[in-house]
Amino acid sequence: MHIPDGFLDGKTAATAAALSAVGVGLALRQVRRELPPQRMPLLGLAAAFLFAAQMVNFPVAGGTSGHVVGGVLVAALLGPSAAVVVLTAVLIVQCFLFADGGVSALGANLFNMGILGAGGGYLVYRLVSSRLRGLRGQVTGVAFGGWASTVLAAIGCAGELAWSHTISWSAGFPVMAGVHMVIGIGEGLIGALAFLAIVRTRPEIVAERTPASGGIVPGGVLRYGLLAVLGLTVFVAPFACPWPDGLESVAVKLGFDRQATQIIDHALAPNYRLPGVHSAAGATALAGAFGTLVVFGLALLLGRILVRKPVRESTKESTKDPPC
Amino acid sequence: MLKDWLGHHHGFHNSPVHRLPAAAKLWAALAMIVGTVLVPWEWHPWFVAMVVLLSLATLLSRIGPWFLFRRLLLLSPFVLGVVMVNALQPSVQKSWLALAARSGICLFTVVLLANTTPFGKILAALRSARVPALLVTTLALMHRYLFVLLDESERMRRARASRTFKRQRRVRWHVLGTVVGQLFVRASERAERIYAAMCARGWK
Repeated sequence: MHIPDGFLDGKTAATAAALSAVGVGLALRQVRRELPPQRMPLLGLAAAFLFAAQMVNFPVAGGTSGHVVGGVLVAALLGPSAAVVVLTAVLIVQCFLFADGGVSALGANLFNMGILGAGGGYLVYRLVSSRLRGLRGQVTGVAFGGWASTVLAAIGCAGELAWSHTISWSAGFPVMAGVHMVIGIGEGLIGALAFLAIVRTRPEIVAERTPASGGIVPGGVLRYGLLAVLGLTVFVAPFACPWPDGLESVAVKLGFDRQATQIIDHALAPNYRLPGVHSAAGATALAGAFGTLVVFGLALLLGRILVRKPVRESTKESTKDPPC
Repeated sequence: MLKDWLGHHHGFHNSPVHRLPAAAKLWAALAMIVGTVLVPWEWHPWFVAMVVLLSLATLLSRIGPWFLFRRLLLLSPFVLGVVMVNALQPSVQKSWLALAARSGICLFTVVLLANTTPFGKILAALRSARVPALLVTTLALMHRYLFVLLDESERMRRARASRTFKRQRRVRWHVLGTVVGQLFVRASERAERIYAAMCARGWK
């Protein structure tokens, strides 16, 4: 998902860079204010951890493999601002040291994986884990948030590429979103399993981050949410709505779009459309909503399966902790 | 195996390109990349000049062109994929050739920069460019412990491979998740030791 140099035109790269500069600036300020000094080295180590964890490949259906991004996992463990800083470090090192992701596209990659992925994914995690109490809620939240972060980042990526006229929205969006809805399942599953493993070995790491008070969504998180929404409005809204945008008339756009999506759909994602629905946008939206619901159900199920056992274990081991 | 292709080529430390000040190289590379991205495709002399400049720098740096080419190939699958989708698509007017040329030039610039400039010097250049200190410290720590943690995960992979004989799907996912979680636990324990060591050496 790392966009290389040359795929984005000037206006897209500049807009994304401005948005992510604001996001990273906010994150740095908040981390400097809130992070105790003894946890400062943890930021660098967490960045090295993410880099190493991204080398762990997991199998995706069809013989391909995906890798973890881990933004939501780090956000759940260290907080969203620290996660944005950590992902910034990871992306800068990947960009300058390993030429993975372009220098001019660094802003866009930061926006997709940092702000949209970690910030937006953390928002989803908080929403889920505040509705479902206890460890089960957290595990479900990490799983669903991880999936949502992957899909959000893919949508942002497709929007930026379409805004730069590199790949048209109608070809890029179904492929990017469809593929990452599958890859995201692996991300969510590994994130949840890793989170659970950390809770079992070092519960105090997670305990510090357990939302004690401050409502469902604290102000700090809301800022990333607002940034994410702003970016999505800029990058995605012109394509997602069928309104004429002055550049091209709807008729021409749809005519071209049909042609292009047919080629790509048959080549890469033949069964993505639902049968019986004729409007392309409507079918995509329906399929997306259906997929989201299914994944949320899976995340709930995962939380239920994974966190049934440790409750008994923890009550056996230490009776002073009330069972979650 | 992993570190082989992550490893950098710092063999000839005293070629003219290696000896250039890091800040100059960094800003020149940034200018070249931004220029290559922004310049319209009709402006052919710019792209020719970039190719000539990069070839000259490669010759002067005394890094084998084959090494650089291999790094380039390793990084380009995504580029090739998008270029192919773009070439198949009738509705987008931008030519796939321009896309490939731009990406290729930028990729080569970064690969050359990374292989002639130690990361520490790039960090020093960033620090003097007033990039926030917290970010630079995080980058420095990450770079320093990156290979330590990669070794750690390689040891964990080997330990797991020597202990799990069955390849059951459910177990495999569980093992992957546990390995990632355990890696984080080890990283955070290491961070605590590092902080203690930093304090012992008089850090703030």
